[in-house]
Amino acid sequence: MDGVQLLVSGLANGCVYGLIALGFVLIYKATEAVNFAQGDFMMLGAFVTLGLTNAEYLDLPFWVAAPLSIAIMAGLGYLLDLLILRHLFGQNQTAVVILTIALGFVIRFFAGAIWGHEPQTLESPLALGDVQLAGVVLGLADIAVIVVTVLLTWSLYQFFQRTKLGLAMQAASQNQMAAYFMGIPVRRVQGLIWGLSGATAAVAGILFASKGAIDPNAGLLGIKAFAAAVIGGFGSLPGALAGGLIVGVIEPFAARYLAAGYSQIAPYVLLLAVLVFRPHGLFSQVRTKKV
Amino acid sequence: MRIQFKTSYDHDIRLFPDRHSLLVYGALIVLALALPLLINEFYIGEVTNVLIWAIAGLGLMLLTGQTGQASLGHAAFLAIGCYANTILIEQGVPFVLAFPLAGVLTGVVGAIIAIPALRLHGIYLAIATIALSILADDIIVLLEPWTGGVSGKFPDVIRLFGIEIERWTMPVRFYYLVLGVTVISTLFYRNLLRSPLGRAFAAVRDSEVSATAMGVHIARTKATAFGLSCMITGWAGALMGYYAGAFNNETFSLVISITLLMMIVIGGLGSIHGAFFGAVVVAFLPQGLSILKDSVLGSGVAIPGLETGVFGMILILFILFEPMGLYGRWLKIRIWFELFPFARKDMFRRQKSYLKTERLR
Repeated sequence: MDGVQLLVSGLANGCVYGLIALGFVLIYKATEAVNFAQGDFMMLGAFVTLGLTNAEYLDLPFWVAAPLSIAIMAGLGYLLDLLILRHLFGQNQTAVVILTIALGFVIRFFAGAIWGHEPQTLESPLALGDVQLAGVVLGLADIAVIVVTVLLTWSLYQFFQRTKLGLAMQAASQNQMAAYFMGIPVRRVQGLIWGLSGATAAVAGILFASKGAIDPNAGLLGIKAFAAAVIGGFGSLPGALAGGLIVGVIEPFAARYLAAGYSQIAPYVLLLAVLVFRPHGLFSQVRTKKV
Repeated sequence: MRIQFKTSYDHDIRLFPDRHSLLVYGALIVLALALPLLINEFYIGEVTNVLIWAIAGLGLMLLTGQTGQASLGHAAFLAIGCYANTILIEQGVPFVLAFPLAGVLTGVVGAIIAIPALRLHGIYLAIATIALSILADDIIVLLEPWTGGVSGKFPDVIRLFGIEIERWTMPVRFYYLVLGVTVISTLFYRNLLRSPLGRAFAAVRDSEVSATAMGVHIARTKATAFGLSCMITGWAGALMGYYAGAFNNETFSLVISITLLMMIVIGGLGSIHGAFFGAVVVAFLPQGLSILKDSVLGSGVAIPGLETGVFGMILILFILFEPMGLYGRWLKIRIWFELFPFARKDMFRRQKSYLKTERLR
């Protein structure tokens, strides 16, 4: 039963990584850039919800605050694109990488200045209660995380596969000029995708904060989500979820069965191994171009 | 207005483009040598710090600015250089041998690590090197018998040809040592750029396809760039160890890697000047901010995270408005003066460009 318990809690953790990784993949799929600040977006989303919900701040009901903060984060993502990222249009990836790292610093600073650096808990209805299922204890939050993640991944996957806008987003990333010629408003499409990833980050943040405390440095979790996105294959939405689950499951098992020093490095060793043997990830969408 | 008339191809690769710049750099060296006579020992320590950051910046610049491979793991190589140097000296190797050897060792490790990393482009490389940076921390703890683990290590007093050098008691001697390493690293870098290898680096950075067409072996060139970059970084790491006086697994963290990358961007990617400009910013920003904060808010008001926040904002502004960094700004000002009545504002306008997918390479 020990193993099952580890597996389930690992899956719940992995879903949070998967959700953050989903944000990376969304942006990468649609703009070919990588948002290194995604983890900090997640943290900000959690804090916005906390600021709306908790008694000492605005004291709104959770079910009003959660959609509101998702909307706020979506707007923020769009605004960010409008004010900052649009100026880098067509520049190389390194510039975007460094810009988003810097953005992460700034977000962390502002979150710390507004909400303080102490860990806080979100007063969420999900945080209460455990469910006992065949000898395995499950937090209500864990179940919520798993359900929401699977639903979100599925609907985003459908969005990219089936809808016109989703296809436009993919086209815009592969060749901006060609997309323009086909009548796709590339800049607006990119703004929308940043908004969408902001919303995803807010969902991840709310779920993460429901599982435990949140502080401005929680954004560093983004690095583990990176590992997840790369393991799954940058650019593949189900891959991001799978990568998140793999990282999430490996962690508790490594902590249980390996010596102390070796357990923390397990996800990164896996990451390096994947990069060496399958550079584009396990669920790669790339097929080698034949000339 | 100064015009260089180039009469042969060799003029393109001269160490100094003309007599004027030889004069300027000569004056700079004389100033650097005379500096201990001009300012007191505290500031000599600060300048030493700037120089050490500049060496580390040169190392990363070779990789990112010259070859176009962004690395977020250079703190790991700083650590390797630092530990290799200290451990070699503990084994009884004299400093004259141990110090260069530490750099070479770091370079070899870097080149070996680069071999699998060569298959990765841009973003994947950045992520792989992040993992490296995080792994370094844990590996140092795991290798406790050699590295001292969490409790760390203290570098011994440097004995160079019978002269003792120590950072705290003899800052001037340490300054001269660091200055020497800086000059050697800079000359090494500059000469590399004049060599066929240096031009191969630039070709790989600008277009791998064209570089291959010109007969450049991409994988070998990238691995060499990684190795040479890590060698310089290793030296910087060893000097950082001496400057700090003590170090453990947390000294060379991911933050240092990120700071290093941001430093060369602020300074100006792809130029030697950029490494130095960036180092000045990184070394003096904390002091400058605390002075500014004290004068605005009064002393004693602590704002945690202010430094990194401001650093991030400066960086965003730079990437938006001055992607060539401080060096680019300096160049623009100089060219404005050189061309005086003819300088036009739009001379440096960024060209419109469109991105094509990098997934299908």
